[in-house]
Amino acid sequence: MDSIRFILDGEVIEIDSVEPTRTLLQYLREDLRRVGSKEGCAEGDCGACTLVVAELDGETLCYRALNACIQFLPMLDGKALFTVESLKASDGSLHPVQQSMVDHHGSQCGFCTPGFVMSMFALYQHNPTPDRGAIDDALSGNLCRCTGYRPIVDACLHLQDYPAPANNERQLKAALRELQRDRRLSLQHGTASFHAPVTLDDLAELYRQNPEARILAGGTDVGLWVTKQLRELPNIIYLGQVAELGQIKAAADEIEIGAAVTLSDAFEALQPHYPEFGEMFRRFASVPVRNAGTLVGNIANGSPIGDSMPALIAVNSRVRLRLGQESRELALEDLYLDYMQNALRSGEFVEAVIVPLPPGDLQLRCYKLSKRFDQDISAVCAAFALRLDGEQVVDVRIALGGMAAIPKRARQTEEYLLGEPWNDFTQVTAMQKLAADFAPLTDMRASSEYRARAAANLLHRFYLETRPVNALPAAAVNVFAVTG
Amino acid sequence: MQARETAPGKSVPHESAALHVAGEASYVDDIPELAGTCYLALGLSEQAHAKIKSIDLAAVEAAPGVVAVVTAADIPGVNDCGPIIADDPILADGLVQYVGQPVFAVVAESQTAARKAVKLAKIDYQPLPAILDVAAGRQQQSWVLPPMQLRRGDADSALTRAPHKLKGGFSVGGQEQFYLEGQISYVALREDGCLHLWCSTQHPTEMQHVVAHSLGLDFNQVVVEMRRMGGGFGGKESQSAIFACIASIAAYRLRRPIKLRLDRDDDMLITGKRHGFEFDYEVGYDADGLICGAKIEMAAQAGFSADLTGPVVTRAVCHFDNAYYLGDVTIDAFSVKTNTQSNTAFRGFGGPQGALAIEYIIDSIARELGKDPQQVRKLNFYDKDFRNTTPYGQVVEDNVIHELVAELEQSCDYQTRRAAVATFNRDSPILRKGLALTPVKFGISFNVVHFNQAGALVHVYTDGSVLVNHGGTEMGQGLHTKVSQVVALELGLNIAQVRATANDTSKVANTSATAASTGSDLNGKAAQDAARQIRDRLARFAGERFGGEPAQVLFEDGVVHCAGKAIPFAELVQQAYENRVQLWSDGFYKTPGLNWDKDKMQGSPFYYFAYGAAVSEVVIDTLTGEFKLLQADILHDAGNSINPAIDIGQIEGAYIQGMGWLTSEELCWDPEGRLTTHAPSTYKIPTVSDCPTAFNTRLYQNRNVKDTILRSKAVGEPPLLLPFSVFFAIRDAVASLADNRINPRLRAPATPEAILDAIEALRAEVA
Repeated sequence: MDSIRFILDGEVIEIDSVEPTRTLLQYLREDLRRVGSKEGCAEGDCGACTLVVAELDGETLCYRALNACIQFLPMLDGKALFTVESLKASDGSLHPVQQSMVDHHGSQCGFCTPGFVMSMFALYQHNPTPDRGAIDDALSGNLCRCTGYRPIVDACLHLQDYPAPANNERQLKAALRELQRDRRLSLQHGTASFHAPVTLDDLAELYRQNPEARILAGGTDVGLWVTKQLRELPNIIYLGQVAELGQIKAAADEIEIGAAVTLSDAFEALQPHYPEFGEMFRRFASVPVRNAGTLVGNIANGSPIGDSMPALIAVNSRVRLRLGQESRELALEDLYLDYMQNALRSGEFVEAVIVPLPPGDLQLRCYKLSKRFDQDISAVCAAFALRLDGEQVVDVRIALGGMAAIPKRARQTEEYLLGEPWNDFTQVTAMQKLAADFAPLTDMRASSEYRARAAANLLHRFYLETRPVNALPAAAVNVFAVTG
Repeated sequence: MQARETAPGKSVPHESAALHVAGEASYVDDIPELAGTCYLALGLSEQAHAKIKSIDLAAVEAAPGVVAVVTAADIPGVNDCGPIIADDPILADGLVQYVGQPVFAVVAESQTAARKAVKLAKIDYQPLPAILDVAAGRQQQSWVLPPMQLRRGDADSALTRAPHKLKGGFSVGGQEQFYLEGQISYVALREDGCLHLWCSTQHPTEMQHVVAHSLGLDFNQVVVEMRRMGGGFGGKESQSAIFACIASIAAYRLRRPIKLRLDRDDDMLITGKRHGFEFDYEVGYDADGLICGAKIEMAAQAGFSADLTGPVVTRAVCHFDNAYYLGDVTIDAFSVKTNTQSNTAFRGFGGPQGALAIEYIIDSIARELGKDPQQVRKLNFYDKDFRNTTPYGQVVEDNVIHELVAELEQSCDYQTRRAAVATFNRDSPILRKGLALTPVKFGISFNVVHFNQAGALVHVYTDGSVLVNHGGTEMGQGLHTKVSQVVALELGLNIAQVRATANDTSKVANTSATAASTGSDLNGKAAQDAARQIRDRLARFAGERFGGEPAQVLFEDGVVHCAGKAIPFAELVQQAYENRVQLWSDGFYKTPGLNWDKDKMQGSPFYYFAYGAAVSEVVIDTLTGEFKLLQADILHDAGNSINPAIDIGQIEGAYIQGMGWLTSEELCWDPEGRLTTHAPSTYKIPTVSDCPTAFNTRLYQNRNVKDTILRSKAVGEPPLLLPFSVFFAIRDAVASLADNRINPRLRAPATPEAILDAIEALRAEVA
């Protein structure tokens, strides 16, 4: 039988028997008694458990902050782990991110501090001189209830004041190469099994034969089934090690994103083509969640409040589905049938999402409404795509999240607008049509009235930004684009 | 270790900063576990109000890993953990009063096993009518405590005489403390029926008392130890008790070490929060906006039990004046019993709610009169020599609000920015900016006189190192750092030579909660007293040994100067020891001059007041109700600050935390009384992007006129009122849509939905 192998503080750790859903945080705190990482929420929302995982990406080491509370231990196989205890130099001196936090009074109660330090460490590895925007992004998954964040931001702004610590990346890369597998990792613990195939064919066959298995990608939702719902997951198939699924393939007119590509990587690939989605990408959960979760996972999960789908539907994306050796494509919107129900057959999974590149004259926006800017679930997420010929609407696609049981297009609104001029009158009628397209729910995020009203108003905002004459800049219609 | 500065007024880092950043600071869950430790999970009520007809726990007991179940029947002593009134069952006994009330506990070999087993319980309820909100509770006169009234003069006639009157209502929601470290207790049995409790609590002595009561023990059988909390904010003042008790009861029954660490959702479902309030007011004022009388009814959502609601509501009543002289006043306050979590302390302790009400009223008066609210605020400030008595009869002797606000207005360029906001709004069809200045006056001391006492122990060891222990708990506020600075100063040492240690009920007894912002005022003085006694003994000894007057002996930078000689502190200490000089001491402090008649609601409950003011500028989206804070400027009075970095940390942290309360943090319950915002996924405290890039915080130079520790002022709670300016800046932005002539009906928290509601209501009114 196989064992899980990973690197911690330069040593290879090998674990041959563990419950596959044991979280990385449980393992660190309870098994290793390495208690620097804290549990604040056990759902990836507070960041007190943040740690850093390094992986080889070709010849470079990629350091990523992750939430240990919702990562299952076997997902760590083949990677290098850094916890807050890893950072001090051998002479006991603090790492620049730690010393800067001390010098700028960045800790008060200290409970969130290890998580902040690890988010800062991941930031430092890629960008030791971050600006405020990069800092906000890097820390978006860390809650602090004491400081109000200003001293933590200051600590991040002064990382270059400290000498860079020695690193032994060459050794680490060599050690990581040693750990790479060329065949499936299979673990058995009691009646629970965990399989991590490394080829797409193996995965497809394994899942075809075990359609009752739970497919696991980033674990940012499945992790909560275990930590919050206390569900048993006796049979897990993990996508993360399948080489083909980790690829982003750019063609002349579209980009294909495999099922194991993280949200971070997917957004990075899409951003140059879709700068209008930048705010949604930035506000999608947090860095640790985007580093773990996959774009296809968000799609396949099919939550009505997933933020990626409205945008992807608006730009006419497709999904490639795979069942055994057979594959087929579907318009993304057709994947969703009803609340948490999709068109996947038994043993079939989403292999990739294919995002067409936008035509040059496509006007696009994606707006997210929530109580908080960072890491909040949308009350409404709305994506608008429009092409005009002169004043006339020749192509329009509107998709909304948070407004129905599934991510859904505004069909009546689209039908009305198509062929009409894009003017003050038609946009008002379109706002009314939008109300007929959706019957949103009331919950703790917003009332149905607010959702309906705000969604229509977002259509108005889109109009103001894209009307043929006197279009307004973002800073005139979006508070988050206002700088002073 | 880098050299640290000793003197007060220096921004030495938090005493645990280097441990925090290395993950080496130990919290209760980090303590190495004893062999045989078992873990608890709690079974919670599914009903808001119901009789328990039967409980079937057979499947729970049979579940894998389960050691035992504990119910109310297993409590050997009193089934109550209420801090003031005995209405807080430890485990529900036949009656449940809110969704989330603990009914039973499962003891298992792992936390996961315990949590899984909980789900197997079968409880048969007979539902009873439930009161789920303040309005329903008021209507039914459902109180946890009798209504309170404070009267000064004759508000009714003042209102009759007033040239202008305004009547209205306003509500503000509650707030979850959201300490990052959830509630936790870990209990180990000791010999002879004693037990040792590690508990994340702001009030170790009360934990000692409630555990002893629940087990029928003497207080001297229970030791409570607390090194540090991962945040408290009031949420661990009284409400750590239920967990301390359940863990202790289980440990007693099973004779095993027991840990009860709550899952975040359970923590939020079980524990109380900041009280939401509803207000109905009527105020009279003249053409300038000068208030001559006010009547207000304030109704606090207490939840199912009294807990600390009495003192919370008292503080709300005593802060309705904020910084203003109100003339004739009648305040009626109701502690509304609802079938929800029992609301409790949260930073400010009712003060913010009371003060928010008068700020809302003054903001409204200004708009009625077409004035900038800041002018009407200033007009109504307490004067220095007249119009300076609070409605509860205390004379405001240390008023600095006029000069403080003037300084802030100037430094933040208020008038220029007010004009710039107006210009922006004139040309902006969708986005609107708003600006507001709000003042703070906050009373310092426990409203219960006898809580205002503290003790400390200082040990000087023969190598010259010093250990200090006192009654205050460290929850991140830097109390141990400040107390260590005080002790270091007294003994002329570097702070690195002074170590603060875990709070321990077997060291300093009968301590008060670390609450009401009094931590360093009380414990700093007590520690100073202890250190001073040692210093005096050492000075006498040095005088005897080297000649010279004890009063002339100087302790500085680790050296004792006496009769022209310079003796290293450690050397003198060693010699003193050999000459049988006592090198440790206790210390004690009680705040002088306090009195309070709680029936009449009159007296001088506060030793002094802390002041501050903030200016906030926001931009709102009139289509969606989204807002962004663009700039914050704060000037705050921390007296002669012991540690400016720590004080600024408290101020900024409170500002952002209070902004969360008034904007993004919304507590929601479903129609069955189930809290639906019980995790960070649904309950949104501020994050880093909510901290404005332009965030200017300064300390107001103001030595305390009262003899406080190093003439500093308490700084824990007062700054929580500063972000009122965010709320009123939002209201200002909304009001711009009707030329600042109509008062927007903006509720708190001002979520995007609340803001859009206010906008739509305003537009409807204009139309």
